[in-house]
Amino acid sequence: MITTKTEESNLTKKDFVTTNDVRWCPGCGDYAILNAVQRTMPELGIAKEKFVIVSGIGCSSRFPYYMNTYGFHTIHGRAPAVATGVKVANPELSVWLITGDGDGLSIGGNHLLHLLRRNLDINVLLFNNQIYGLTKGQYSPTSEVGKKTKSTPSGSVDYPVNPILFALGAEATFVARTVDSDQKHMIETFKAAQAHKGTSFVEVLQNCVIFNNKTFDPITNRENKVDQLLYLQEGKSLVFGQNSDKGIRLNGLDVEIVESTKGTNGSELLIHQPRNSNPAYATLLSQMTYPNFPTPMGIFRQLEGKETYEDSIVEQIETSQKNGEGSLQELLTGKNSWLVED
Amino acid sequence: MKTSADLFEEIESAVVRFAGDSGDGMQTIGERFTDSSAFAGNDIATLPDYPAEIRAPAGTLAGVSGFQLQFGNRRILTPGDQPDALVAMNPAALKANIADLPEGGMLVINVDSFKKMNLSKAGYSSNPLEDIDFRKKYHLIELDLTSLTKEALSDTALKPSEKVRCKNFFALGFMYFVYGRPLEPTLKFFKEKWAKCMPQLAEANSIVLKAGYHLGDTMETARNRYQISKAPVKSGLYRKISGNEAMVYGLVAAASRAKRNLLYAGYPITPASPILEGLSVLKKHGVKTLQAEDEISAMGMALGASFAGDLAVVATSGPGMCLKSEFIGLASITELPVVIVDVQRGGPSTGLPTKTEQSDLLQSLYSRHGDCPLPVIAAHSPSDCFDCALEAVRLALTYMTPVILLSDLYIANGSEPWKIPNVCEIPEIENSFADTEEEFVVYRRNPETLARKQAIPGQIGLEHRIGGLEKDEDGEVSYDPENHEKMTQLRASKINGISKSLPSINLEGPCHGDLLVIGWGGTYGAICSAIKNMREEGFSISSLHLRHLNPFPKDLEKVMNGFDKIIVPELNLGQLSTVLQSTFSKKVISYSKIQGKPFKVSELKEEFLKHLP
Repeated sequence: MITTKTEESNLTKKDFVTTNDVRWCPGCGDYAILNAVQRTMPELGIAKEKFVIVSGIGCSSRFPYYMNTYGFHTIHGRAPAVATGVKVANPELSVWLITGDGDGLSIGGNHLLHLLRRNLDINVLLFNNQIYGLTKGQYSPTSEVGKKTKSTPSGSVDYPVNPILFALGAEATFVARTVDSDQKHMIETFKAAQAHKGTSFVEVLQNCVIFNNKTFDPITNRENKVDQLLYLQEGKSLVFGQNSDKGIRLNGLDVEIVESTKGTNGSELLIHQPRNSNPAYATLLSQMTYPNFPTPMGIFRQLEGKETYEDSIVEQIETSQKNGEGSLQELLTGKNSWLVED
Repeated sequence: MKTSADLFEEIESAVVRFAGDSGDGMQTIGERFTDSSAFAGNDIATLPDYPAEIRAPAGTLAGVSGFQLQFGNRRILTPGDQPDALVAMNPAALKANIADLPEGGMLVINVDSFKKMNLSKAGYSSNPLEDIDFRKKYHLIELDLTSLTKEALSDTALKPSEKVRCKNFFALGFMYFVYGRPLEPTLKFFKEKWAKCMPQLAEANSIVLKAGYHLGDTMETARNRYQISKAPVKSGLYRKISGNEAMVYGLVAAASRAKRNLLYAGYPITPASPILEGLSVLKKHGVKTLQAEDEISAMGMALGASFAGDLAVVATSGPGMCLKSEFIGLASITELPVVIVDVQRGGPSTGLPTKTEQSDLLQSLYSRHGDCPLPVIAAHSPSDCFDCALEAVRLALTYMTPVILLSDLYIANGSEPWKIPNVCEIPEIENSFADTEEEFVVYRRNPETLARKQAIPGQIGLEHRIGGLEKDEDGEVSYDPENHEKMTQLRASKINGISKSLPSINLEGPCHGDLLVIGWGGTYGAICSAIKNMREEGFSISSLHLRHLNPFPKDLEKVMNGFDKIIVPELNLGQLSTVLQSTFSKKVISYSKIQGKPFKVSELKEEFLKHLP
């Protein structure tokens, strides 16, 4: 799909690093994500000049300044609109949209919805730290109910949005989750996102060291992650825990935990099937949240074959130009002209 | 067609208004009458006037839709102050329009609809047609349009309800008789529109149109017919064009002359939607149209496409302009070319969505936060939208800036004959693309225009970042106070410098005198007509019409100083006059009208007289 002009095979992480000082807070999860993206891009077989990174506003949205690619730091919540324009203008580009939970799901929720339903071939990385960082610590649309912040001293009263369920609701064709503390999994997920033709939505759980430190610790720290993270692998049973001794099975329309898979051959467990076109399964996965369930990581849903928005637009133009391009002079003249003679 | 030339009265021009329910097809017959008059060689100007509701309750005043046109054997610049002939399809149409018809004017009435219920819906307690004084006041022609149409179609297989719906063309046929219009363009229209999918409808409408025409021939009351000879226009190939159509063609022509792909992003809004619709059928010309989820997104898509090297355009109306403001600021600081068309309507808020106004000038000049001057230009007539689209694109690409192009509902929906330009004679528009062979510094400027160069994603080695944060010349984020001041000044100087590229002002009348009229936008026709009349009457009066509202032409102040008094007529509370007053030392008088309607020539003349010695 992507035509290459430069020696993309020789690219390394260094080619994607800018000379700018990175200005996130020391210890911010964004550094790890930046590193993962800079390690992913050279391995995609895409020429460097074909990458465009578009972002909105927020800590995460400073991302383009730290990537030595074409980049556009836009306005709050509207990056999906700009990314759409870039991609439709030139479908050959590899467009990456960097957003956060406030940028993407609060002020920009509308645009994100429409980007996902249109299925543009764009990779969306939504850094979810469940807080407004750049404005110094107000609760965000993904913060848990009762979140005490500067703007909600008695606790927030609104219910959070579930990013994965939001993307599924918009019928996104690729929905995944990864975490800033796992380089290997991030790179693997970003590569899969680029490989998918259509909008790829990736929620990256990201730690805000200043205003929401350790918010994901109950599921991601060294002691807890074995029991709290469930890595999704296509065609494999949903298992987790030490030695993968626990699993997930269906009980009616719900899922439940099988505390010990010992002595069973695993046949009762759910098999991960991200390519199932019925959204019910992915929706069930999206409901598996702390503390009742392990948090699924990886690709929830991946549907190939749905035509992208930009391809449909190009196709309509090509179809109408099948017998040649329109003549401007004929267009201006129209069908009902008349001649005035001297 | 049989014609009896001896019964014709030769006149210079005439104004006809069709009025009926919004489902009666008044816009359709108005358009057909316009085509027929253009075909007859007359100059024309039209004013469609329709309600905001698509189908308000039938028979009510709220649902009245009208179409007025003026046609003549001389230059016609406006649709006319008042109709010479009014066609009223029902009591509500009569009630809503009769005040505009002068005494002795021709009044064609569809009497079938003057039944008790319709009369009461229109608010008539008694039938005006039974009032002796009313009957004497006008040249009244009563037609049983419904019955006549049914009768004409008695041999066809259409259902009764379908037959009745053809009655607008009966009325049209009758008016064609009165004004000696050719039927051919309308018969051709029927064929093109319906011959394939609904041939019986094409046939029925042709029968009805001819029946209406022939009825005139047999009616004593319709004996006075009018003849209007051809208007003296420059030789060449002409077509009829509306402002929105001209805008569409101008944008496509500009893209072609700039050798860029045209990408248009829009969100449906009255009265700009026809631009989206008009461009969406031009896929053969490579035009990409995106219907965005909202006005904000449309602006963002355009900016993204601009970044990627397309010629990016949006069109909207007032409320949409409000929503686009933040993105326009981003376009300004990133110095990306994009054209923003605002087809103005009555505001604020939803205001008068189907009526005209010129009240977005101050918004266009000042709506962004921060210091963010932009080029603002305004089209003055339907066909001028073509030239202004080219000019807007020239400014955007030459100066690497968003450009606001103001149109308004009056010229967007109005139409006039247009001398079709020869494409080869349209000047090429140059781009400021960066060269991969040369060093690219994001905000290094062309010393002449102060424009930066544009590097397009996909160009090897020119990777760079742009964005809303202030940058230094190298394109790096900079919070340096001196740099911010310098960049703000540079962006402003760039826009101000555009005035160097503008032609000198073209005055209507001499450059010294008692009164100078300064106009902009769709008021051009009315102002010109008024000035022409008054100059013929011996008054010392001149006018100029501003296309460029920011920056102004460099000789504006000098021209203003040549007159004792200056008056600025506008369809707003005095927006241009405020700007002129704050820019130049010369006092200006503001003359406002905010009724959703264009100026009448007579009211302008009356006002101008007040300021003449």
